[in-house]
Amino acid sequence: MIWLIHVLNGIAIGMLLFLLAAGMSLIYGLMKILNLTHGSFYLVGGYIGLTVMQRTGSFVLALLAAAAVIGVAGAVIERFFLRRFHFDELPQTLITFGFLFIFADASLWIWGGDPLMLRQPRMLAGSLPLGDYGYPYYRFFLIGVGLAFAAALWWFQEHTRLGTMLRAGVDDAEIARALGINVSLLFTLVFAAGAAFAALGGVLAGPVLSYYPGADFDALILAFVVVIVGGLGSLRGALAGALLVGLLDDFGKAFFPQFALFTVFVPMALILVVRPTGLFGRR
Amino acid sequence: MKPRIEVLAACAVVLVLLLVLPDVVRPYYVGLATKMLIFALFAMSLDLLLGYTGLASLGHAAFFGTAAYTIALLTLRGGVTSWVAFPTSLAVATVTGGLVAVLALRARGSYFLMITFALAQVVWSVAFGWRSLTNGDDGMPGVPRPDFGWSLDGATPFYYFTLAVFAVAALLLAAIVSSPFGYALRGIRDSETRMQALGYDVWRYQFVAFVLAAAFAGLAGALYAYLNRFVSPDDLHVIQSAEALIMVILGGAGTLFGPAIGAALIVFLEDYVSSMTEHWLMVLGAIYVLVTLFAPRGLVGLVTTHLRERSGP
Repeated sequence: MIWLIHVLNGIAIGMLLFLLAAGMSLIYGLMKILNLTHGSFYLVGGYIGLTVMQRTGSFVLALLAAAAVIGVAGAVIERFFLRRFHFDELPQTLITFGFLFIFADASLWIWGGDPLMLRQPRMLAGSLPLGDYGYPYYRFFLIGVGLAFAAALWWFQEHTRLGTMLRAGVDDAEIARALGINVSLLFTLVFAAGAAFAALGGVLAGPVLSYYPGADFDALILAFVVVIVGGLGSLRGALAGALLVGLLDDFGKAFFPQFALFTVFVPMALILVVRPTGLFGRR
Repeated sequence: MKPRIEVLAACAVVLVLLLVLPDVVRPYYVGLATKMLIFALFAMSLDLLLGYTGLASLGHAAFFGTAAYTIALLTLRGGVTSWVAFPTSLAVATVTGGLVAVLALRARGSYFLMITFALAQVVWSVAFGWRSLTNGDDGMPGVPRPDFGWSLDGATPFYYFTLAVFAVAALLLAAIVSSPFGYALRGIRDSETRMQALGYDVWRYQFVAFVLAAAFAGLAGALYAYLNRFVSPDDLHVIQSAEALIMVILGGAGTLFGPAIGAALIVFLEDYVSSMTEHWLMVLGAIYVLVTLFAPRGLVGLVTTHLRERSGP
């Protein structure tokens, strides 16, 4: 039974990672930007959710507020800072690194340095008895949300007009532009959406993981690992990578606490050696 | 070419300033200047990859840190002399560089960046997790200053030692980038396929450039372990690698002078701003963003564009 619990834990964490990595992967796939601010979107989104939750007591409102604020922040960063360095990777990386520092300091200023946790919504309190253990309903909820989100994203990408434009932009942004697709608007939308997904992940993570200065960086590194393992620009890869990394992380922490991160990084390095473009990446 | 003389004159002035520095500033700033030189060397080593070969690595701290840890482990746990520890640390960094290069050179572009990042994190997680050997994130304090028969304990003697090593390394790097090998690297940076068509073994050139860059990064890391008398997993962390990238880009990739200036500036700013305000991270972040907006080709790029505009077409 303990195995089942670890598998469930790994999947639940994997779903949070998927929320983070899906945005990061799409942003890279479309704009070739390695967004180092992505972990900050996650953490600041979580902090915003925490504040809204404390003021209003509504988990839904917390999710909406975090996604809205961080989505707008993402749109501003894309439009006014990254846009002018179109497909020029180094200045873009430098700018997102700068914003990583700015967000880190601002959140330390506003929310302080103590680890904070989000109370889970009352509806999802309690746990399901599993043999000798109980498994929290909230984690089942996380798994459900993650799967629903993955399905919605897939449907959006394959079956909507905007999704088709997105796929065209990922394949070749210049040709897509020549065909009359408003690539410029697409860039801003995708960056804002990716940022908002990260913020949602941040709020959802609140009752499971805590918020602390440096959590932005930890989240960024795990998202990076997911995207590396899965392959850049691939949603399928982000999902597979997120589940794999979530499971490896949980089993690593449970069975080799000394080498917790080692159990994530070594398989990642091995996958890269065999497939330099990740599991589902294209050259 | 006219600027050639100006460059030599500038180098001479900088060298004289560096030589008299300990006589005119307080000991604290001698230590800070030592740190600047070390990071200047680290940034220049990365620029050999980024600016000259066109390979953006996000794992360069792996070599910096392995050399630092080799020094700490050999002197604290092995009890060997600096005569053994110092060269061994360079050898270990170089060999690590060779291993990483074999794996990372299977990919290009962003994938190369990610593989170097991934492998560097493996090295980091060993230093972080293997507590019985490395003390984990507590780090290893008490690394003695090197002893080659004369004492380098004070700030000033160690500064001169670092300056001498830096000068030799900078000359070597300058010789490398202005050799036929260096020009081949530039060719590979500009067009890998064309160099291949010209009969160059591109992989071998990239491999040698990577290993050389790792060796010079190891040299900087060894000096850093001696300067701080302390090593910790932070020396290996991706933040360290990212900072090196920032130093190169801020100064101007593709020149040796630029990254050295960028490194000195960032080390100085981190020290200065953190002494002025609690919110030094925010100030630094804003500086990164603003410099990128207004000098995307680095500070050296800014100056050369300005000079070119003044002297006409």
